[in-house]
Amino acid sequence: MDPVTPTGGPGLQWAVHEVSICAAAVRAAEAKARELGGRRIAVLRLRIGALAGVVPEAMEFAYPVVCRGTLAEGSRLEVEHVPVRCLCESCEAEFEPKAAVYACPTCGRPSAKIVSGRELELAQIELE
Amino acid sequence: MEERKIVDIAQAVLAENDRMAAALRADFDRLGVFCLNVTSSPGAGKTALLERTLSDLAGEVPIGVVVGDLATDNDAARLRGKGARVVQVTTDGYCHLEANMVRAALDALGLDGLRLLIVENVGNLVCPATHDLGEHARVVLFSVTEGEDKPLKYPTLFKTADLVLVTKIDLAEAVEFRRDEALEAVRGVAPQANVLEVSAKTGLGLERWYEWLRRRLQPER
Repeated sequence: MDPVTPTGGPGLQWAVHEVSICAAAVRAAEAKARELGGRRIAVLRLRIGALAGVVPEAMEFAYPVVCRGTLAEGSRLEVEHVPVRCLCESCEAEFEPKAAVYACPTCGRPSAKIVSGRELELAQIELE
Repeated sequence: MEERKIVDIAQAVLAENDRMAAALRADFDRLGVFCLNVTSSPGAGKTALLERTLSDLAGEVPIGVVVGDLATDNDAARLRGKGARVVQVTTDGYCHLEANMVRAALDALGLDGLRLLIVENVGNLVCPATHDLGEHARVVLFSVTEGEDKPLKYPTLFKTADLVLVTKIDLAEAVEFRRDEALEAVRGVAPQANVLEVSAKTGLGLERWYEWLRRRLQPER
């Protein structure tokens, strides 16, 4: 049987980690918006790597809550997912690992050289 | 409709934390303090390991400890009276320590004269992965009672480890711990990390842990 992924909507308590991270993203976006004289943030775009240690669904859940009373109130969150890529130093080739052990598809050796996938980045905002 | 302006930002969401962590690391380097961020799931034996470590090393090396928990100062109480300076941070529900919490703790603790600062993070195998605390090295503990495949289930934090300590090794036989399987999981998920097996209770393997620590300390000033 496949693992069950709950879709019923997580509680805020479950997403406490993402609440703090979401709030940091909104703070940074607000600072930029103020600097540019924006009145309202309409869209906030994040890049989240698979190894960033945050759950994108929980970010989406926390987002409207942390936006309340900020320039981003009522805005839309868009998340770009960044897959993990690593480098096999023996084969000098990059690959996208398929499991928790980042085994090189050519030689089978586990890689510790992570090229991307740790991103947790405020990429872009749309201002009004 | 009002015109929209698209603004590229491309900055780390945790830039504020990262800046503060970098400032902490600069302070540690300036004062010759080696800082360790110790993480694990709740109950893996972080505090027990530190109790024993302080008892054995605090006479030799001046040690400071910042210990984080959601609530209570029980852990700090366990660690006091062993020759180290100890301060508790209660995160009030927060799932991990952040650099500003460490800064606040250090304002109370003081870094003067220390050569080793151990930050015991909140017991959690997920959230501490995201926040740099200014540490020089990260230690992840996993106990033999947690199951051999723990690193496979929580790879994100293990992939940030410099050292993985397999703890409670004295219980290995009683819980039918499959050592080879566990070590294979650690080495597969975290090939960058050193791996040591220890027991804070019997002392097994601790000398190698102390050696790992001593090798990283700055010379006495």
